[in-house]
Amino acid sequence: MHEMGIIIHLAKTLDKVAEENRVTRIGSVTLSIGEVSGIVTDYFSECWDYFKKKHPLMEESVLKIETIPAVTHCDACGRDYSTIPHGKTCPHCGSGETWLIQGNECIIKQIEAETADPEEQGGD
Amino acid sequence: MKDYKVIEVKESILADNDADAEALRQELRAEGTFLLNLMSSPGAGKTSTLVRTIAMLKDEFRIGVMEADIDSDVDARTIADTGARAIQIHTGGMCHLDADMTRQGIREFGTKDLDLVFLENVGNLVCPAEFDTGAVKNAMILSVPEGDDKPLKYPLMFQISDVVLINKCDVLPVFDDFSRERVTERIRLRNPDCDIIFVSAKTGEGFDEWAGWLRREISRFRDRS
Repeated sequence: MHEMGIIIHLAKTLDKVAEENRVTRIGSVTLSIGEVSGIVTDYFSECWDYFKKKHPLMEESVLKIETIPAVTHCDACGRDYSTIPHGKTCPHCGSGETWLIQGNECIIKQIEAETADPEEQGGD
Repeated sequence: MKDYKVIEVKESILADNDADAEALRQELRAEGTFLLNLMSSPGAGKTSTLVRTIAMLKDEFRIGVMEADIDSDVDARTIADTGARAIQIHTGGMCHLDADMTRQGIREFGTKDLDLVFLENVGNLVCPAEFDTGAVKNAMILSVPEGDDKPLKYPLMFQISDVVLINKCDVLPVFDDFSRERVTERIRLRNPDCDIIFVSAKTGEGFDEWAGWLRREISRFRDRS
């Protein structure tokens, strides 16, 4: 249910990026979302399609989501393993002395955008 | 075909919320107000825990409570009866508070003359954990009837909490499948550093330790301000 709340924050961050880069229209937004970040990506995309229509800067934009696989490291045996099937318990040695290396991310990777003509900006 | 340029952003989706939260923390540090974000599922005993806490500490600290709910003001009225200052924030259907909503509430409330403010977040074990409110510390309550498996099912809130109160310990004899050892071990898996305090808002068990935790953290906060 908090996907909509996250999208409102995403839009605010995009507004800031747009202002800094003289963006006039956003064509696409690419997010990197970790497998265990808690974001339901299908639902997130639906929320985006609803929200963007109310936001002129991004109303024609496409949301692209790249998934970052969740990987956990085991301190006991020093090996890494896939988090989703095994959780906190190392499948190699059975230890619980483990920590997540990656997979919790929620990052705006890049946007494709039309910007104001640099010729008219007088260069900077 | 439009001429699009790629702009690398590489920022957290919640970057703006994190910035708002940090700004609020700076403001609170400047005015010396300790803000505690209190989270739990509905019915775990946030309000009754606060009522007893306020009764214990009201002669030592000037206390305020910001109640965040989707609707109604029953909690704010209960708190106002204790003599502490209370304000009710309505989230307008949102399942959590973010830093901007918290900051607006804090401004309206006026916290300059308060030492300790409790932010009673929306009753929800999932969403509030995702959003930094700008509080100095995070606390959560897990009540015995909810079961000792909750740290496994809702890991994030346990992970971000500085202290976990296990409430309603007076009913442990009835809910005998709830194990103190098991819940401690499961919380430790997620968060080896947090403090765990067993309390009962009904009988007062554990409240000396909880009041001690608050005194210690407030004194550390003042030393740093």
